[in-house]
Amino acid sequence: MSAEPYDLAVIGAGAAGLAGAVHAAGQGLSVALLDDAAQAGGQFFRHPAPALKAGRPQALHHHWSAFRELRSRLAASAVDHLTGHHVWTVTRDGDLPWAVHALTGADGEEQRPVCIRARALLLATGAYERQLPFPGWTLPGVVSAGGVQAMLKSGLVLPGRRIVVAGSGPLLLAAASSLATAGARVPLVAEAAGYLGYARHPGALAANPGKLAEGALHAKVLARHRVRLSTRSAVTEVHGTDRVEAVTVRRLDRDWRPLPGTGRRIACDALAVGHGLVPRIELATALGCATRQAPDGTSVLVLDDRQQTSVPGLWAAGETGGIGGWQLAAVEGELAALAVAHRLSGRPAPARVRELRRRRDRMRRFAEAMGAAHRPGPGWTHWLQDGTEVCRCEEVTAGSIREAVAELGARDARTVKLLTRAGMGWCQGRMCGAAVACLAAGGGGAAASEERRPFAVPVPLGTLAALDEPN
Amino acid sequence: MSTTDSSDVIVIGAGVVGAACAYYAARHGLSVTVLDRGAVAGGTTGAGEGNLLVSDKEPGPELELALISLALWRELSEALPPEIEYEPKGGLVVASAPEGLPALRKLAAGQRAAGVKAEEIPPERLPGLEPHLAPGLAGGVHYPQDAQVQPALAAAHLLRASGARLRLGEEVTGFLKGASGELKGVRTSKGALHAPYVVNAAGAWGGELARLAGATLPLLPRRGFVLVTEPLPQLVRHKVYSAEYVADVASGSAELQTSAVVEGTPAGPVLIGASREQVGFDRSLSTAALRRLAAQAVALFPVLARVRAMRTYAGFRPYLPDHLPAIGHDPTVPGLLHACGHEGAGIGLAPATGLVIARLVTGDKPPLDPGPFGPGRFAGASGTSGTSGRASTPR
Ligand SMILES: Cc1cc2nc3c(=O)[nH]c(=O)nc-3n(C[C@H](O)[C@H](O)[C@H](O)COP(=O)(O)OP(=O)(O)OC[C@H]3O[C@@H](n4cnc5c(N)ncnc54)[C@H](O)[C@@H]3O)c2cc1C
Ligand SMILES: Cc1cc2nc3c(=O)[nH]c(=O)nc-3n(C[C@H](O)[C@H](O)[C@H](O)COP(=O)(O)OP(=O)(O)OC[C@H]3O[C@@H](n4cnc5c(N)ncnc54)[C@H](O)[C@@H]3O)c2cc1C
Repeated sequence: MSAEPYDLAVIGAGAAGLAGAVHAAGQGLSVALLDDAAQAGGQFFRHPAPALKAGRPQALHHHWSAFRELRSRLAASAVDHLTGHHVWTVTRDGDLPWAVHALTGADGEEQRPVCIRARALLLATGAYERQLPFPGWTLPGVVSAGGVQAMLKSGLVLPGRRIVVAGSGPLLLAAASSLATAGARVPLVAEAAGYLGYARHPGALAANPGKLAEGALHAKVLARHRVRLSTRSAVTEVHGTDRVEAVTVRRLDRDWRPLPGTGRRIACDALAVGHGLVPRIELATALGCATRQAPDGTSVLVLDDRQQTSVPGLWAAGETGGIGGWQLAAVEGELAALAVAHRLSGRPAPARVRELRRRRDRMRRFAEAMGAAHRPGPGWTHWLQDGTEVCRCEEVTAGSIREAVAELGARDARTVKLLTRAGMGWCQGRMCGAAVACLAAGGGGAAASEERRPFAVPVPLGTLAALDEPN
Repeated sequence: MSTTDSSDVIVIGAGVVGAACAYYAARHGLSVTVLDRGAVAGGTTGAGEGNLLVSDKEPGPELELALISLALWRELSEALPPEIEYEPKGGLVVASAPEGLPALRKLAAGQRAAGVKAEEIPPERLPGLEPHLAPGLAGGVHYPQDAQVQPALAAAHLLRASGARLRLGEEVTGFLKGASGELKGVRTSKGALHAPYVVNAAGAWGGELARLAGATLPLLPRRGFVLVTEPLPQLVRHKVYSAEYVADVASGSAELQTSAVVEGTPAGPVLIGASREQVGFDRSLSTAALRRLAAQAVALFPVLARVRAMRTYAGFRPYLPDHLPAIGHDPTVPGLLHACGHEGAGIGLAPATGLVIARLVTGDKPPLDPGPFGPGRFAGASGTSGTSGRASTPR
């Protein structure tokens, strides 16, 4: 790479990365925006590919116009938007610029390695879904709540006709209302938490009227479709031979332990289940960035007042600093862009920084209150049977994980992995990590897993072999 | 937890070496408590590859220890459950160019004299042993005694079979001593434990423990990266590496060195490792190390070029300046024994180390002369003075 390094490379083109790239360019910085998807938008603004010509996606999400504005600002900017770039690692040698190593192209043969150099880095890689297993969760017809949203937004297909929605967190209501709107029958939304948790943070709630309005909107949709919401209850088992035929829903105590004698069977042909999101921070932890455990139990990056991580020159925005929704992500992206511009140019920070910080802090407080309310209770592992598969890639059961802890001396996700192979497969523990960490901690709620995954995506050996020598 | 807990032997460290010490001590009739501040195999053992090699060792005390250890591993493979994934698959050392052959032949001849089975393989027979090996190699030597285990599972099953009391998540913070300086036990983050003998099997952290006990052991970490591929059908049959590896192993240089040992595993992934460099306990990814590992593996097995690496990890070999482990009584602190510093061979050398330690505690005759491993050989050394390098003659 002989070319001049960029001022800023942004990894991830969701709300945070888009805002970061657009505003950094607005400050006169040269910017590369890398994302593995074919189009900008990230998780929330996953939209129908233009070829699909699906009518009126705005019916599925009311925040479309905010996204459209960011997208047109991106198009009008000088940002180099590098789509289809899978970043596998980020390195830095001494004072040299950052090296962002990516593979381009679709999975498989044509992947081509690329190295982008930049003086500053903004990590906006978002999150993936937290899965908590239960007996039967590997049956066809069980889908993730986020997966449902993505399916509806990009392909407009329903996973079934009679769909139970279960798990915990605000995404359940969003998923249920999208499903109902798209024509599915939703007999029940089973929410494991009590929702009372929010009441403990009235300040944070009152300061976020937008969020309340959003919730009310979902509630109205659900009422119109006569969708019932049960709190403190969970799907503890799925029934069916070739695919989902029914689920058992049980009441939970405060610790999410299923109450005996409360099981009821509900017929359905699909189950959408979600337990919130887990920040995708492996590129940062591979660099040694400090993390903390957020109130929802996930491990998130420690950030300073200006969105910088503990590693100088590396900023982060959006879900990487804690799950908080797209509006917070966009505010943080802009704030990080201004901070980077300030650092690189030495010009005084614009007055807007203060306003952005205020908004960020307000939304973060709300997000953390919500995260605390939906944090998995320590009793959830009681609905696992010894034969329940926890790691799907390597087919490791709850029983063998419990044995590794009780008999072989495992104490954390890493040693469970070494002794059982849980988390060694294709997904590298993204799917089972949260559950394994809980079981490794000897049951218990949401133990954050401090796993390092130095490769964010698999890399062909031939690509590694052909890397440039550092000068 | 009771603070009057006592046993015959306390082993500090639940890695493979501590596990083997516990196993053999228990088989010698001793009551054993094993302590680790973390989990079983949470240290270097969990980052090792499980090669049990004689092929990479020059004649001398380490090779002697390795030969005994390999025989013990064979016994253990019958005593322990199959989960330890013992595979006597043999090693194949290849020379890429004819210039490499004389040194390889000379090494093999010396090893043969020491009791190693080593058969020279002419180039035309290489594909028969390893069908996917690159064409055009100059030749190689086959070592049928080389074997493999899954290190973490091997350590866990050794510990379980030992019946030792296991105390995890408990850190040793000090030592209890009697009036004349003899050890009486250890102080931990949770209390005190009593025993007349304490074994320091703390691997790369053994130097710190020695210091806590008032002893000296100039241990340093030597970092290594391993690459792990996606699962593959069997593609590599032996442990295959190039002749240059032996030179790396014996080197005292702090610089990055890499010689890829390529091997398949029962679960499918191919392991490629490992690099060696002295950078302290720094885990950050070294693209230079990965590039060289990958390039060497692809040079040996061109089909690997398209195979994807799923993950990589770093570990810290416990390294002593003369490349020999410290096994035996501490010269200054009565009751303290060391079993650490096995560098890149701790998995292979663990059983023999455990047996020596058990015999030294009971006063029985060890299976070999432990003199060359005596921790007293560093007496007067200036501690962890860094990269001073190896003794003038290897081994
Ligand atoms: C199903 C679902 C429903 C949601 N509903 C709501 C809602 O109703 N209201 C709300 O406020 N929020 C909602 N959210 C959350 C919202 O999606 C996020 O808050 C928002 O997308 C955060 O933006 P982000 O930029 O941090 O991350 P993302 O939008 O996740 O963007 C990250 C981008 O980075 C890319 N990326 C990650 N790693 C790499 C890599 N190694 N190389 C290249 N690219 C990479 C990803 O592909 C992605 O495009 C929902 C989320 C989900 C999953
Ligand atoms: C990349 C790599 C590849 C390797 N490949 C091989 C190979 O193929 N074959 C081979 O034979 N060897 C190999 N090795 C070397 C091998 O892994 C080590 O020699 C071996 O694991 C050392 O084991 P140990 O039990 O001495 O140390 P460890 O496994 O590190 O155990 C020491 C334990 O002591 C504990 N401890 C430390 N301080 C305290 C304290 N104060 N209180 C309580 N507990 C404490 C630690 O938590 C740790 O669990 C490799 C090493 C690396 C890094």
